[in-house]
Formats: sequence, C-alpha cells, structure tokens
Amino acid sequence: MPEELKMGEFEPKIIAFVCNWCTYAGADLAGTSRIQYPPNVRIVRLMCSGGIDPIYVLKAFLQGADGVLIGGCHPGDCHYQNGNYKARRRVAILKKTLERLGLDPDRVWLRWISASEGQLFADTVTEFVSFLKEKGPNPFKTLQAM
Amino acid sequence: MVHAWLNVEKNPTQTLQDFLRSLMEKGVVEAILAPAPTAGGESITPTLFTSPDRLSQAEPFAPLMPVSEATVVSMLTRTGNRIKLGAVMRNCQIRALVELVKFKQAQLDNLIIIGIDCPGTYELKDYSELVRKGVEPATQMLESLARGELPLNQTLREACRMCIYPIPDPSIAAITIGLMGFDGNRLPILVQDELAEKIGLTSDSPSTHREETIRSLLENRKAERKRQIDRFAKEGTGVEGLLRWFSRCIRCHNCMGICPICYCRECVFRTPVFEHESDRFFDWAQKKGAIQMPPEYLLFHLTRMNHMVTSCVGCGLCSSACPADIDVALAFQSVGEEVQALFNYVPGRSLEEPAPVQTFQEREFVELGETLK
Repeated sequence: MPEELKMGEFEPKIIAFVCNWCTYAGADLAGTSRIQYPPNVRIVRLMCSGGIDPIYVLKAFLQGADGVLIGGCHPGDCHYQNGNYKARRRVAILKKTLERLGLDPDRVWLRWISASEGQLFADTVTEFVSFLKEKGPNPFKTLQAM
Repeated sequence: MVHAWLNVEKNPTQTLQDFLRSLMEKGVVEAILAPAPTAGGESITPTLFTSPDRLSQAEPFAPLMPVSEATVVSMLTRTGNRIKLGAVMRNCQIRALVELVKFKQAQLDNLIIIGIDCPGTYELKDYSELVRKGVEPATQMLESLARGELPLNQTLREACRMCIYPIPDPSIAAITIGLMGFDGNRLPILVQDELAEKIGLTSDSPSTHREETIRSLLENRKAERKRQIDRFAKEGTGVEGLLRWFSRCIRCHNCMGICPICYCRECVFRTPVFEHESDRFFDWAQKKGAIQMPPEYLLFHLTRMNHMVTSCVGCGLCSSACPADIDVALAFQSVGEEVQALFNYVPGRSLEEPAPVQTFQEREFVELGETLK
C-alpha cells in the first residue's frame, strides 16, 4: 500500500519542474529566507521551462504523482527570450489533451515565479497542496493494473 | 484555375495512365510517383516511374493505402530533388505532406502534386482477400461510383468512413482529378492556369454533379465522424476507459513507424531512456506489489499524442498498422479535433500557417501562468 493511504491524512506528492533562472532561485530564496511551506514538493531543475517535454509530466502522473508544478519566468523575462512562451503553448496542448481523455487537467499547474519571489513560491506550493488534498489522490497511483 | 474533362474510352484507370504518360511526354514532369500493385497484386505501393511505358502498371484508383505517400515524397525531396516529379496523391497524403514541409522534412520544389478525389480505402486484409477472390477492387469501386452510389461502403477503413477532407485543395494540388460524381464517360479535371497551358487543356464548364456529390458525401461523413468520436468519448476516456482502450498494446510501435507525421529521426521511445538497472524494476514492483513488464504502454501513446496530435491529419494508418486492432486513430482524432481547435488550426490546410508547436504568441493562454487569487 502506498504510504499516504496507510497514515490517515492524505499527503499529496507534487513533482515540480522549475527553471534554473527564476523559480529554482525563487525556491532557494524561500529556503534562505526561512519561509515555511509544506514538504510535499520534489523539485527537478531545468535550464528553462521551455525545456519541458510533456513526457516528463505524463510520466510523473502515470507513476502516481498527485500534481505537477511547472515554474517559469514571467512573460517577457525568459533568459532565452521565449522559452516560457513555448512552455505555455505545450502546457495548453497537454491540458486540453488530458481534458479530452477524461483525465484531470487541473493537476498540472503552470506558474510564473521569478528569482525574487520566494514568498510566491511558498504560497504556490501551499495553495497547490491544499487544492490537491481536497481533490484526493491521483487515481493512477492505486491502480492494480499499472 | 482551368476546368476541363478527360474522356474515358475504356476505363478511368487507363484514362489516368494516358494522362500521366502525356505529362511525361510533354516534359511537364520527368518522373511520376503513383500507386501500383506489388508482385502478385495483393497489395498496392507507391511506385516511382521514370519510363512512360511502365505507367500502364499504375493503379492510382485502387482503394488501398498501406503507407502514406507523404512519407515517400519526404524520402524523395527532403534533401532536395533535381528531377521534376509528379506525385499522384490522396488528400490525407497531401495534407500530411504539407505538415512535413512545415517541419522541413520535404520540399515542394520540382514537385507537381496530382490530387485525386478519394472515395476511401480498404484495410489491406480486405483488399487482398478481394484480389484472391478474383475481384478487381478498383474496378468495383469505379463502377459503383459511376452508378451514382456514394462511397460509404462498410468495407472502407474507419478513418476513411469518417474523413471530412476527401477532396484535394486546388491551390495546393496543381492538378486535381475528380472522381466524385463520375458518370462513367468522363473525368473532371482541375488544373492551375500556367500548367494548363503547358499541358494544352482548354477550359470547359466545371462539373456541377461533382459539387453536389461532394456535398452529400460530406454530410454523411460528418455524421459518421460524430458517431465515432462520441463512441470514443463513451468508451475510451477516463482512467479506466483509456487503460482499456490501449490495453491490448504489444509495444511494437508500428503506429509510430507508419505515421506520416511522426518524423523524428531519434524517437525518445527508441533510445535507452527506458533501459534501467535491474534494481529499479524491483523497486517499482515492490512499491505496488506487482508491475506489468515492460512498464510503459500508456506513456508511449500519450506522449506521442502530445507531440504530434496538433498535426494529425487523420489518415488512420496507425489503426491499420496495429497488430492488436487498437483504434489508435480514433483516440488521436478525438483529441486532435479539440487541440487543433485551440489554435484554429487544420493540419494540411495551408502552407502559410505554421504548425502550432512551431510558434507562439505573447498574448495567449494568459490565464495559464497566473496565480489563482
């Protein structure tokens, strides 16, 4: 049995794919500023949100992640000019695909969080965790067949 | 655009063969790519003709498409072709080719697209069974069209029965051979102006019967399309539905190999990305008590879908190539229709519009990155 189901309250697991130049530094700032946020997030650093392939997000879901957070630079601020715009289009395609397949597009969050927004990173994770607690576990997690 | 007619003396196949031969003899093209029977005649394959004499073997009306000619045109033009080529193509092949041009996998220089109205194609096993019984599927189909019957035949592949783009776009195909509304005596033909002069075609009245036939065919096709897409929504969606829809997958990746749009030279699913140390598999199994091996099948389909569904033309070859009879195409069409609508995009519609995955706008989907308040 997955540990979340054994211990009473459900603790969602979030996989975060974050840009090296903004959200990753934002998460770092949250840490160095000692801002408290729930420990439910596992961070994967990428050089740019534009480097996110839908396969990463899908793999996380099929393996039972309850939510996927994608963190990139605010529009206009991409270190590589336009990677975040490309990421946004890919997320739009992914969410529409999930919706059409009757899966849950709301488990994917794209957020713009800059290097100076440590508080916003902490707030986003907090908000995502309570959103997922309400939603319940990812159904793929408990499937016998998978 | 010049409307003209080709007189049918013996049968439409021979008329088209003669027309193609005349294109070569007049120097309009130096080579022709057209479907022709394989040895034994049980299948049809794109064939590259450089000798006009051999064109009597071409069977462009044979209702079979085991591979997309777009893939072959890509093969012939990707690095540039010096030989002026005429390619006889169905509209799903033309549309796939347009997408491949956008992805720099094919070039239109020195290429004349000869589009034919497509009444639909059969599954290979149905086609070859007819041939073994001594039936000529092309003749059978042309005769039924000449009797004024709409091509709605249940032997057609599902992708063809629900195809709403069976007619080539005359702005993309330099020549279009009309089959819809064929009366048994002559074939309507549409040719772009500068080419008509070279071929020596004189303008005539367009076929009104063709327009009418196309209209009622599309009505039927749209209704069938809706029926099929509703079926997928009912049976193939949700966690359980989706797992069941793809549950017979044997991971052969034929759907990817045959797909005219899936052009990546090194697909992630053919790299060592999914080769793991033995311990990893045991770890995963231990977490759940049991895992199926190899572990990924839905990931493959969902990833491929996300990568190419914006350009999916609905040719249905993925379903035809599936040895486990999974209706891959219907899932892709159901999703594709909505994803493409996000961008008001129709794959293969125009060479001018970039594919959705190739571009972006600064002001779009703005709600996506914003923090909920």
